[in-house]
Amino acid sequence: MNIIVCIKQVPDTKEVRIDPVKGTLIRQGVPSIMNPDDKSALEAALQLKDQFGAKVFALSMGPLQAESVLREAYAMGADEAYLISDGKFSGADTWATSSTLAAAITKLDYDLILTGRQAIDGDTAQVGPGIAEHLGVPHISYAEEIRIDGEKVIVKRQFEDRYQMLQAKMPVLVTALSELNQPRYMTPGGIFEAWRDKEVVQWSRDDIPVDDGNIGLKGSPTKVVKTYPKTMKEPGTKIETDVDESVQYIVEKLKEKYIL
Amino acid sequence: MDENIPSVFVFAEQVDNQITPVSFELLAKARELAEKLQCVVVAILLGDKVEDLVQPLFTYGAQKVIICEDAALAQYRTEPYTYAFSTIIRRYKPQVVLYGATSIGRDLAPRIAGRIHTGLTADCTALDIEEESNSFMMTRPAFGGNLMATIVCPDHQPAMATVRPGVMVKRLPDPDASGEVVRFELDFVEDHRYTKILDVIKKEATTKHNIQDAKILVAGGRGMKSAEGFQILQDLADILGGEVASSRAAVDTGWQDKSRQVGQTGKTVRPNLYIACGISGAIQHLAGMEESDFIIAINSDSTAPIFNIADVGIVGDVFKIVPKLTEAIKKERE
Repeated sequence: MNIIVCIKQVPDTKEVRIDPVKGTLIRQGVPSIMNPDDKSALEAALQLKDQFGAKVFALSMGPLQAESVLREAYAMGADEAYLISDGKFSGADTWATSSTLAAAITKLDYDLILTGRQAIDGDTAQVGPGIAEHLGVPHISYAEEIRIDGEKVIVKRQFEDRYQMLQAKMPVLVTALSELNQPRYMTPGGIFEAWRDKEVVQWSRDDIPVDDGNIGLKGSPTKVVKTYPKTMKEPGTKIETDVDESVQYIVEKLKEKYIL
Repeated sequence: MDENIPSVFVFAEQVDNQITPVSFELLAKARELAEKLQCVVVAILLGDKVEDLVQPLFTYGAQKVIICEDAALAQYRTEPYTYAFSTIIRRYKPQVVLYGATSIGRDLAPRIAGRIHTGLTADCTALDIEEESNSFMMTRPAFGGNLMATIVCPDHQPAMATVRPGVMVKRLPDPDASGEVVRFELDFVEDHRYTKILDVIKKEATTKHNIQDAKILVAGGRGMKSAEGFQILQDLADILGGEVASSRAAVDTGWQDKSRQVGQTGKTVRPNLYIACGISGAIQHLAGMEESDFIIAINSDSTAPIFNIADVGIVGDVFKIVPKLTEAIKKERE
């Protein structure tokens, strides 16, 4: 069984700060990490490898620095790693990203494709289903459990108020929730090998069988026209006093608002 | 229905033959957009034996309803829903399509965007038509809520967007409203893309009420220190007739159920009163509650970002203030 795991390198958005004067993002010093949902997808693939002896391919698209998340994937136990990197792919929205990744995946043999549900820098949850659509395979999103039964994949799919146990015939794409598992740590030996011995295969524009009209900024149906810092409303009154006065103040305010 | 009439489509999501509330919220927004575009709002209703749901769609703002019924659509599955909806889109060529950013909408919309080759913007917080160009402007948070981005879809039609529940406000119901109902017939042929539903497991209802419906929320964060610490918030919520909500920190530690989580990865709420206790106010949390009508924050750290958006900020110990506040309100009520 061959499993492809799509991994994105993302800025740790918890560490992103806004410059209070200029109102712009401070990117300096923000660490880049493996997207958490993608890490759970990788862990799920590695568990299937432990169980059935599957071969795990890690695939990423991004700038050359994204190689480090693929090294991390090696150190966790991936068998092969591929980085799609070319300026011609940059500026891609979720449609063009899905189209590029799907085209790259056609170069590999696969039974199962795993992606994270969504990336923390975009939160769209669109790329997994998009890849499946471009490949013409079924997808199951929001997976909390993944089982293999012969040629079939059985997934516990999360909804707001329920789960569906869904079955699909491979090849199929599944998007993983971080609730799916607790990703393993890289082993010291794994880290050593990943950075010293393993090769990350680099694919550029000409390696990917995809039309020019379906990649990068030009192939993106959506365009960002502007970005701006979120306008926060004006702060109200802040008081620092003893407990009784604090309580009294709140009660008065609640009366003013006709809540009491 | 004339196939050339310009329209705004709203996906009328239903689960167990009940319309998901966000669909009504979208109808209200769609009416605003449609007025500016001078076109009509059409609700797309997919399911099996869902005719009873047509009238509520008119009641909340739909001007036309396209209904497609088949046993294959009884429960949500990606492929038959994608097939039905994208066929309807191709036939009627709407300018705009709106979906709720639910676990169904976020599954369906990208698949449709792929199939009909058009743009899709996720989790929009504002939608508008630019006056001069008549272009559809979709605004959404980016970088975990640190930045807002306005997005257009200039060369592909329809422009599609998902909107999270609780972001838009539904119209006052008009039970006399009516409109044209179009039945859309389709044959569903199972292929390799169809999944099979083996079983459905309902989650246990952990919250009495949905926090999105509550008028008053008493929310706690890491500062509540333990699951037991939340008891004083429950007491306050009870006396106010509200619900307890939680920040992500208090969910990750297991003190509160995920269904109570407010924020970027939780729910968006806009109650009349939001009391934030021991919540520092990470941007991801603020994104889910800053539209609340009146915000009171109680936190011992006077530099906590929650104070930047609170109408009333109290610097102090929640464990001392909250029980006394509950007592004081009890007295007021007597």
